[in-house]
Order: sequence, then structure tokens, then C-alpha cells
Amino acid sequence: MIIVNATKQLDTSDGIIQANFELTVKSGEFLTLFGPSGAGKTTLMRLIAGLDTPDSGYIEVDGEIWFDGKRSINIPPQKRSVGFVFQDYALFPTMSVRQNLLFAAQNDTQRTHVDTLLEMTELAAFSERLPATLSGGQKQRVALARALVRHPKILLLDEPLSALDPSMRQKLQDELSMIHDRLGVTTLLVSHDIAETVKLSDRLAAIEMGRIKNICSPMEFFTTHTFSGKLQLIGEVLKIEEESPIIIATLLVGSSIVKTIIGRDEGEKLRVGGHALISVKAFNPIVVPLNENQLSSSIERHNNDF
Amino acid sequence: MENEFLQTMALTFKLATLTTLILLFISIPLAAFLVFSKTRLKSIAETIVSMPLVLPPSVLGFYLLLAFSPASFIGEFLTNHGIRLAFSFEGLVIGSILFSLPFMVHPIQSALSQVPRSIFEAAYTLGKSKLSTMVYVILPIIRHGLISGIVLAFAHTVGEFGVILMIGGNIPDETRVASIAIYDEVESLNYAMAHQYALTLFVVTFAILLLVYTLNKKSLEGLK
Repeated sequence: MIIVNATKQLDTSDGIIQANFELTVKSGEFLTLFGPSGAGKTTLMRLIAGLDTPDSGYIEVDGEIWFDGKRSINIPPQKRSVGFVFQDYALFPTMSVRQNLLFAAQNDTQRTHVDTLLEMTELAAFSERLPATLSGGQKQRVALARALVRHPKILLLDEPLSALDPSMRQKLQDELSMIHDRLGVTTLLVSHDIAETVKLSDRLAAIEMGRIKNICSPMEFFTTHTFSGKLQLIGEVLKIEEESPIIIATLLVGSSIVKTIIGRDEGEKLRVGGHALISVKAFNPIVVPLNENQLSSSIERHNNDF
Repeated sequence: MENEFLQTMALTFKLATLTTLILLFISIPLAAFLVFSKTRLKSIAETIVSMPLVLPPSVLGFYLLLAFSPASFIGEFLTNHGIRLAFSFEGLVIGSILFSLPFMVHPIQSALSQVPRSIFEAAYTLGKSKLSTMVYVILPIIRHGLISGIVLAFAHTVGEFGVILMIGGNIPDETRVASIAIYDEVESLNYAMAHQYALTLFVVTFAILLLVYTLNKKSLEGLK
């Protein structure tokens, strides 16, 4: 059980904001921190890891106090049982994959655990290679495996998949899910990706301006809007064009681009970069299964079109 | 004559080796301070480290000479403890350390500042102390900067003239290094001997730099 109640002044691109995080995470839970950039998601993870210090408040993990402003307790990151996966992987470039993992190990049990982790993340064949010779997905797996060597109480994942292409992303999501099920480690994930959030997390914490606005299941969060639509899609608004007398909104839904006509009222409410729910009511959608080849060619066509 | 030449060359390289070794140990923590510190002290420290790049060596030599003189506070303290720095080898080492400091610190500082912060933080979250992170993770990453610093500090100390002339003088087997010897031989119109020193320095310095460049094309990257 993780209990966080901490404040921290954040210097964001929108000026200084006073963050106040209140959060309880159950043991073994997979929680996603979701929200716009600059909202404080990464900061919250860094506060838990001890890489940043809260201005006040407390952080408690499984009954251990990691930070308490009043009692001047601040356990250094070295003594906190966390595994942190950084956005840029942060692999040690002069060490091989295996050495990266071994460096994290503190005792013989953990050293033997290294081989299991290498197998689990399909890295055994690359274990003697240097990080620079690996692909993005492989690097990310090394970072993940390395973070798990010490059997951390909490696994903190800071947008670990954001730099990867969609198919690698999906594969790693599956792996993350499998590893979480197998090891049962309490996991916090920072993500911007709705599909990823729904797929992986038990609960979602929506963060805005340094505050946790809402904690609920991801499905609940993305579909609270009371539409009776048969088909609901959530997308990111890319473009709003006025072509009199209509307005055309372009949205990114998953990896597909969708254009739709919207009314003037809706046009005023939508903003580029925000999210929107598209709901289709009046007709039956046509669903055609695609095999792998058709999928990749349709993605390619998409990429060429845009 | 031949004996004196060897003696002088030996002293020159002894001075450069010792200076480089001491500088290496001082410069790693100093460079780390300059990269990571956020205090106002940082600008002052940065200025002091870089001063020898622009200051005439004679200025540094002059003030060191004043400081080492038994008439000064420091000099008096040292003399009372039986240490004589003016016109001694030990004094030369101190002068050389100060004078070659930027040549060791800057490449290390530049290499350190290019290491992403997350590499340090990743090691910390894996339970590693700052010291073991530095030794096992960071130093191997910045090895090119370290090599640049070592080569430049060594070569610069070998080539040093002004500071040594001011605080060391020209005492055989104590403070007479090659660069001083060249000057001295020219003064006494002994061009053959001056040439012997000059050519030796030229060849040795060329060989060191060539070796480093060949072994490691990246070695001077720290300066860019």
C-alpha cells in the first residue's frame, strides 16, 4: 500500500503551480497517471522514487515512512525499494545488457534472478551486446528488466513506450501486462495513450495542474459521458477547420486519422490537442477483419495519406 | 653535459607526471561540482579555474613567489614547519597544478555535462551511492574526457615556462626543467644544446598526441 500526500512547487511552461498530490495505491495494483504534459505526472513519480523532494507532506509505502516533512524524514532514493524506468531508458552505455542487470543486483539470489529476467523479456540472445547496438524496443526491455532485478516494492514507468513504433508498443504492452501479472509488483505508469491505459491499468488517476482530479477504472473515465451511442471512439483532436457552412474536425483515434463534420457549438468546445469522444448512433458500422498483411498495408496507406 | 641533459629531461617528466596525477584526483570532484552545483559559488569557482587560460604566467608566478616568500604569512607558516616552496621542486608542483588546472578540469567538465541526468538517477534508484555511481558508471562513460584532460595537462606542464621561471629559477636537478634549459642555453649562445632540448620536447609531445589521436579519435572531443 502506497500512501502519498505531498506538495511540491512546479515550474511548468504555464508558470509556477502548487502541486498537491493525494493518492493511495493498493499493493499489486497497476495504476496509470493520465493527464496533459506539465500536469505533474512525472514529478509525482520522482517524489515517490526520492529523486525530487516534496516541499511538505508524507509518503508511506507498506508501513515504512519514506518521506515526512514534519519529522524531517527523507529516505534517499538508494534506500527506497523502487524500480524506475526512464523515458530515455538511461542504460549504462559502457556495460553489456547482462552487466546492466548485474550492476543492479545486490546478492546472489538477485544475480540468479538476472537470467530469469533476461529470458522473460526475450533478451537472453542479446545479453552480451552493448546498449548502443540495440533497437528502441530492446533497450526499453533492458531498462524494464534492470528495474526489476532488486524485486522493488514499486515499479515506476515514466512513459516507457512513447518513443516506440505502434507494433513494438503493442508487443511491449503485452509484455508489461504479463510481467505485472507474474510478479505482482505494484506499478505506476505515466501514459498519454488511451488504448495503453485501458489495456494495462486497474485504475487511472487523472492529473491536472498538479492535482489528482479523479481516480477510477480507465473504462469508467473514458466513457463517463452519457451517450447512448452504439460505437464510441476516443481520439485526440488534431485540427479544426472551418469550411463554411460546416466545421471539419480531424481526430487521431488509435493510429487512425478520422475526419468528421461537427456543429458550431461543438466546434467552440473542442480544442486542438484535447480529447474528444466520437459516438455513432444511427447506423450499423461495417466491421471487416484484417489479417497482418492487410493491417500493415492499411497503416502504410494511412502514413502516406497524411 | 649528457648527464645534465638527461637529468633535466627526467625532472621535466617527473614534474609533469606528478602534476597530472594530482590534477586528476582534484579535477574529477571539482568538475562534478562545477557541473552540478547551483550555488553562486559556482561562478566564482569557474572563473578561478579558467584564470590561468588568460592570465600571463608571470602574474601567477609573481603572486606565488610572494606567497612562498618567508616574509609573507603563508611563507612564514611554511618556513616554521620546515617547508620551503620558493625555488624548490615542491613549489614547482604547486605552481604547475594551478597553471594546468583548466586543461584538466575543462575536458572532464564538458564530458560530465553531456551525461544525461537520468543515468545518475537510474544508478541511485538501483541502490548505488554517489561514489560508486561515479566510479563504476560515470567515469567509464567520460573516459574520453579523462584521457583528453590527462594528455593536455601533461603536455601543458611539460611546456610550461613563465610560472617556473618566476618561482623555480634554474637550479639543476631541483627546478631546472627543459623549457627553462632551452632559454638558458640560448642566453649563453649554446644553440646546439638548446636544439637538443627543443627537438626532444617537440618529438615527445608530438608522439604523445599522435598516440592518443590514433588510439582514440574521440579523445579530444571534450574540448569541443
